[in-house]
Amino acid sequence: MNSRRPVFRHPDLPKNDLGYTRKDYEGLDSTLCAGCGHDSVSNSITQACFELSIEPHRVVKLSGIGCSSKSPAYFIGKSHGFNSVHGRMPSVATGANMANKDLLYLGISGDGDTASIGMGQFVHVARRNLNMVYIVMNNGCYGLTKGQDSATADKGSSSRKGRPNPFEAIDLCEMAVQLGAGFVARGFSGDKEQLVPLLKAAIRHKGFALVDVISPCVTFNNNETSTKSYHWIRDHMEATATFDFIPLRQEITANYKEGASQSIALHDGSVIQLHKSDNSFDITKRRSAINALEHHREKGQILTGILYVNETLKDTHDILETTDKPLNALTQKELCPGNQTLQQIFENYR
Amino acid sequence: MKKLKSVNDFVIRFANVNGSGSASANNLFAKAIFRLGVPVSPKNIFPSNIQGLPTWYEVRVSEQGYQGRRGGYDFIVAVNGQTLEKDYDDLLPGGYFFYDSTRALSDHFKRKDITLIGMPLTDICNREIENPKLRPLLKNIIYVGALAHILDMEFSVLTDSIAKQFSKKPKLAAPNIRSLELGFNYASSHFPDVCKLSVKRSNKLSDHILMDGNSATAIGAVYGGATIVGWYPITPSTSVVESFDKFTRRHRLDESGKRRAAIIQAEDELSALGIAVGAAWNGARSFTATSGPGISLMNELLGLAYFSEIPVVLINVQRAGPSTGMPTRTQQSDILACAYASHGDTKHVLLFPCDPKECFEMAADSFDLAETLQTPVILMSDLDLGMNDHVCLPMEWDDNRTYRRGKVLDHDLLESMTEDWGRYLDRDGDGICYRTYPGTHPEKGAYFTRGSSHDEYAAYTEDTDAYKRCMERLSKKWDTAKTLVPAPRIKRNDRAAAWGVIFFGTSTYASYEAIEMLDKKGIALDTMRLRGFPFQDEVREFIDHHETLFVIEQNRDGQMRTLLINELGIVLDKLVSVAHIDGTPIDARYISQSIESVLAKTPKGGAA
Repeated sequence: MNSRRPVFRHPDLPKNDLGYTRKDYEGLDSTLCAGCGHDSVSNSITQACFELSIEPHRVVKLSGIGCSSKSPAYFIGKSHGFNSVHGRMPSVATGANMANKDLLYLGISGDGDTASIGMGQFVHVARRNLNMVYIVMNNGCYGLTKGQDSATADKGSSSRKGRPNPFEAIDLCEMAVQLGAGFVARGFSGDKEQLVPLLKAAIRHKGFALVDVISPCVTFNNNETSTKSYHWIRDHMEATATFDFIPLRQEITANYKEGASQSIALHDGSVIQLHKSDNSFDITKRRSAINALEHHREKGQILTGILYVNETLKDTHDILETTDKPLNALTQKELCPGNQTLQQIFENYR
Repeated sequence: MKKLKSVNDFVIRFANVNGSGSASANNLFAKAIFRLGVPVSPKNIFPSNIQGLPTWYEVRVSEQGYQGRRGGYDFIVAVNGQTLEKDYDDLLPGGYFFYDSTRALSDHFKRKDITLIGMPLTDICNREIENPKLRPLLKNIIYVGALAHILDMEFSVLTDSIAKQFSKKPKLAAPNIRSLELGFNYASSHFPDVCKLSVKRSNKLSDHILMDGNSATAIGAVYGGATIVGWYPITPSTSVVESFDKFTRRHRLDESGKRRAAIIQAEDELSALGIAVGAAWNGARSFTATSGPGISLMNELLGLAYFSEIPVVLINVQRAGPSTGMPTRTQQSDILACAYASHGDTKHVLLFPCDPKECFEMAADSFDLAETLQTPVILMSDLDLGMNDHVCLPMEWDDNRTYRRGKVLDHDLLESMTEDWGRYLDRDGDGICYRTYPGTHPEKGAYFTRGSSHDEYAAYTEDTDAYKRCMERLSKKWDTAKTLVPAPRIKRNDRAAAWGVIFFGTSTYASYEAIEMLDKKGIALDTMRLRGFPFQDEVREFIDHHETLFVIEQNRDGQMRTLLINELGIVLDKLVSVAHIDGTPIDARYISQSIESVLAKTPKGGAA
């Protein structure tokens, strides 16, 4: 938003467990178009991190190129950010994560950045199960170059330019499930009630967590004939089982009828408590997740919520069996084997 | 006919079919010469193929210690029917042609100026070796045994080598040793005094090692403290990362056996360098290794690392281009592509190692250099250096050395800092600014890294003055780099030389030998071996000091010559290109003949 936030804050703003207010999780003023879905997503990220009491400086924000990739400047200003090059955020995030496993890695990407130029990197960061939250701000178009269709634009949908998209759409969530991602969810930038807990669960998941957020482009793709408009999404959104995200140490108070709820414990002890409805399916099974996505697609609906969770997977560090200490904190003594060892190595070369 | 005659001074070439186990047999031969204390230089000239195509292995034996290729073959072991005729033609007059006489040579083979040594290798194998699967492998060992007699070598060096090689699998040693004996005994009874080339034990090698450049580079990266590697397999760089993997598994584990290194085989070279960039940005020493086609893909990330000032190391083991080129042949043809990689105004620090010792030292130093300068550093190796074994003295590591991590603000420095901090604020006037790692301090030191234009405080800017200030500061940093890259090695002739010679990397040893050859003919030349880019003032002074200079390199267009002209503003005609482009390692005879022919056309005392 080009309108500036007021500098004044109420002195009694609520504080989280660390004593931070929500303001401590904010970033610079947005320079995106007024009403852009991406700003709502940035807000939800701010809210999720605040509520989870994550130390702002222990967050690393990474992005590629595009409107979405500008967003990391607009939240958690106390953390480091890296606006890399188009479609390459996953590899830069992989390297950063390898260097220090103790930080929270938030990757921000768009549908062009992920589903076209960065498809190769997206696919492989998912199958390596890098411990990160990968947020796609998905608006079905290239905003920064003025509204060309992207690879997630639905077939037949037309942007403000008016020509229906003739190509098949890529469903990043369905793909991520197939690739073996451990956490796959879809949200809508206009539904903060759902998006904030989705993000919180994704943050607490250990391993690769994809959150595909439908985030309408108000300037180029919010017209009546677009399937990525606010209007269309609100009319065609169908949530999977609603859920509560219950962080570690918070007592589970709600009671649900036998068979009407499902609890999934995350790596750190937090719990996702699902409230089942008629639409529900087993989110711990890849096959049922893909079935549900296909089923709703056939009906012209957009399925949102948590689509798939698997808490048993090893992340990249586990797979590579790296030491517990962050690799960027190893001392020279731990890294350099010394001259005596060097001379022993040479014995094999005589 | 006059037979070629020498002790410890000849070139032998093995012509084999690849995938037949010849490489290990030929390596056994080269290592035996090394273990006899005689300087040896093996070169594997192999196809981009796994099985069935021609492959050659050249071994230069040189008591005087010449390590480059000499040019020409004195002895050929021809066991590949596909190339028999060409191998026969390539032999120098007076040379020796060893072949499998199970099949007689056809009528084409009419040379009178060579000595034929026919040995029925296939017949012997079929008769003596029961297991048909072992025959092709052991056939190679049999000819090595025969060579021991023909070249008058100490036989026990070979048997000891086999015993050492199979110390953990003694069962495999026996058939190999028997094959050596089969060959040796046959040669003893059939080829008395046939060959006047011989190998005698020498004291020229003492503490030396025989090592490939890629292993040395990998060990250098281990000692330099690299922890994270992103890579994509590509010949001839693959063994850099495989060796890094091997050595870190042996020498870089924590108390519980977990690894103090993370090696990720990426989906492509874009990602490979992206991983290294991400890791370097987050405070870990990281690198990637690749070759020409990978360099083309990595241009994008190199530009990002240059502009956002990330200290990443790239190992480029060059091969013959352009495009896929000749993947298993050597060249020095990525000089310009690396010096100016990526769009916009970019320049990158290059290092030019000439042997495994420098591979080790420069690989270790490259991390200090990259972190000091906060910019990519590219180590310019090549296939000849990387994949062939080279004799060199063992490297030393100074245990008192400490890594130079560059200008990094840690928590305490940030805490005590009172002045305003900007990621791209040049406080010291050397063009190098202070950086921070993510997660260091709750309130200070966070910034936004970007490949888009940024001001001193890392904020996005389209302000023309801010952009210009940034680009000019990067130029200032480039000047600082000149003081830090390794200096050239200059050798001045005792006689005042009007001509100079410039070379680098794997052109080094053949060049030095060529200079000696020319010196004996009365042609005095000063030499300068370049070791790094940007070029220091010494480089310019050396060029200014001479009327004409030859630039020896292994590419068609004289890329180093172009770089010197462009960077130092040299008059075009002053630098004469001596370019070797066929994809095999450059040789001394080619260099001396090229220089001689240019000088022959030059008016006396003047320059071309």
